[in-house]
Amino acid sequence: MGKSLFEKVWNAHAVRQLVNGQTQLLIGTHLIHEVTSPQAFGMLRDRDLKVQYPHRTFATVDHIVPTNESVEPYSDPLAQGMIEELRKNCADNNVTFFDTNTGKQGVVHIVGPEQGITQPGTTIACGDSHTATHGAFGAIAFGIGTSQVRDVLATQTIALNELKVRRINVNGTLPPGVYAKDVVLHIIRLLGTQGGTGYAYEYAGTTFDKFTMEERMTVCNMSIEGGARVGYVNPDETTFEYLNGRPYSPKGAAWDAAVEQWKSFASDADCTFDDEVDIDASQIQPTVTWGITPGQGVGIEESIPAISDAPTQSERDSVAEALEYMQFEGGSPIKGKKIDVAFIGSCTNGRLSDFQEVAKYVKGHKVAEGVQAIIVPGSQVVAKIAEDLGLDKIFIEAGFEWRAAGCSMCLAMNPDKLVGDQLCASSSNRNFKGRQGSPTGRTMLMSPIMVAAAAVTGEVSDARDVFGFASAEV
Amino acid sequence: MSSTPIKKVTGKGVFVPGDDIDTDRIIPARFMKCITFDGLGEYLFRDVRKTESGEEKKHNLNDPRFAEASILVSGNNFGCGSSREHAPQSILRAGYNAVIAGSFAEIFFGNSTNLGVVCVIASDTDRKIISSEIEKQPEMDITIDVENHKIWYGDQSVPCEIKPGARDSLLSGNYDPLDELLVGAGGVSKTAGALPYMQA
Repeated sequence: MGKSLFEKVWNAHAVRQLVNGQTQLLIGTHLIHEVTSPQAFGMLRDRDLKVQYPHRTFATVDHIVPTNESVEPYSDPLAQGMIEELRKNCADNNVTFFDTNTGKQGVVHIVGPEQGITQPGTTIACGDSHTATHGAFGAIAFGIGTSQVRDVLATQTIALNELKVRRINVNGTLPPGVYAKDVVLHIIRLLGTQGGTGYAYEYAGTTFDKFTMEERMTVCNMSIEGGARVGYVNPDETTFEYLNGRPYSPKGAAWDAAVEQWKSFASDADCTFDDEVDIDASQIQPTVTWGITPGQGVGIEESIPAISDAPTQSERDSVAEALEYMQFEGGSPIKGKKIDVAFIGSCTNGRLSDFQEVAKYVKGHKVAEGVQAIIVPGSQVVAKIAEDLGLDKIFIEAGFEWRAAGCSMCLAMNPDKLVGDQLCASSSNRNFKGRQGSPTGRTMLMSPIMVAAAAVTGEVSDARDVFGFASAEV
Repeated sequence: MSSTPIKKVTGKGVFVPGDDIDTDRIIPARFMKCITFDGLGEYLFRDVRKTESGEEKKHNLNDPRFAEASILVSGNNFGCGSSREHAPQSILRAGYNAVIAGSFAEIFFGNSTNLGVVCVIASDTDRKIISSEIEKQPEMDITIDVENHKIWYGDQSVPCEIKPGARDSLLSGNYDPLDELLVGAGGVSKTAGALPYMQA
């Protein structure tokens, strides 16, 4: 019987079985950043241990970097202390650091792929739950805690339980105005925020076959929001084409050998999965979250659920809690909710294609009065290309702020934060209470185009109507 | 690091209502601008317990009747969201060493177990019974019997679940895997040697 990519990559990296039954798993690529690594380096020092595979460890700084301030010391001394600590830890341990002066700094899940560090058939760990992003390349990539960051630094391995695999087949053509972000919000809405616990998600089907790498990354990125620690897409020609010629990609004969090996990791045609789900792409609508978990989403034509719609008492409690926090009325249309802030960026939607798509449509529009709209490139590389293409000018002309690379308003560990109970249309990945920096701030997740539509109308709107591209694009 | 085996955890309980208690709720990101975990206990459930300006809200976590609690009782999908170990670190540093929930998010569960924070699963009905007993008698001892899959409250008990691997690790005191991983170094270089991308 055939094997899935997950099983093949797992087997190739399994070192041995531990006493408690877990696997000692080799982590081929370790990505680190300033928030979850300093304590791990501290633990290493306490035990007089060294970084075992410095050449397989890569660092960048993203969470705390201000996007509107480029000169150090930063006005926040805590942020300054964190970047200096990372600099020192990397220098002391010979770890490559994509620092702010390299032209390569950015959100760790954007930097890895664009540098060609993220490759098929590898294992990738990072002290960040959105590490599944790298699964778009056919890697087994997942988030780990700081003690495990310590374990990887010291041994290049962690102790882990093998996961089951659920294949999610999305087949068909997405309607105009429906994007990868809508696909993943739809999947989480369907399978729930804990549906993926214990599973790796294999995303497959003709929709994924046709997706670009950046679209695949957007979906894999949010696997954890559905409870799945790992999400991946089998590597194919799209993957190889993306990687060819990137700084850390193999070159010459090594490239040809690598591609052959990468192909061999793809799930076999005759393999079976622990579970399979089929989704019809044509049924997916532009999706917007109305609540406080990424699973609380509806299509733009739908209404927010009423408390009485929920079948169980615990679900009714959850809906009531979400409605109260969001200050929404159950049963009211999602369309028309007035927003205060619009944010386009993050490891979910901070890539070049996101900005190209938005630029195409916001040309000639203006951000609505009273709305603060910010666009934050995911990396310095993305920023440079976007600026060379003149996208920044289009955004500024339309009334958006064009910022420097970082995590920005996705999680507000930097100056970009909501104030009070502001409502934010956001292309990021989490709408948890207080996620965007204000304990009462409210987040609605949606695609970058839908954020742009909300920005220019001042309320949650159907981008297809606002930009009139249903007819233009068909 | 081999530590003292954890066979049982005994303490008073406090009920934290709600499903999908995420890691941003457990420890808001704005308190993670630090390079050590020291002091994180102070910010556990900060925005659940206090208003933005620091006034205490009405919540079990602020109720003096539950001030002695060391076991949290909560809903489904506890610890969802971020991989931040800051979450179980803040739980531990605030004086709690066990969580009873309907289910746990995977990364949170692993991070907690590595620190010796005991996470066990109990049914909705059983958690409802336990939390109402806590409400009636806050001074009541709760004992999580890891070895025998039981939660005792007063002289009564309900069953609980814990992943077999985590249970073994707690019972043997080997829940921090680093020493065992270090022993495997020879096997690591062999596995790495067979993978072209691992070569320097």
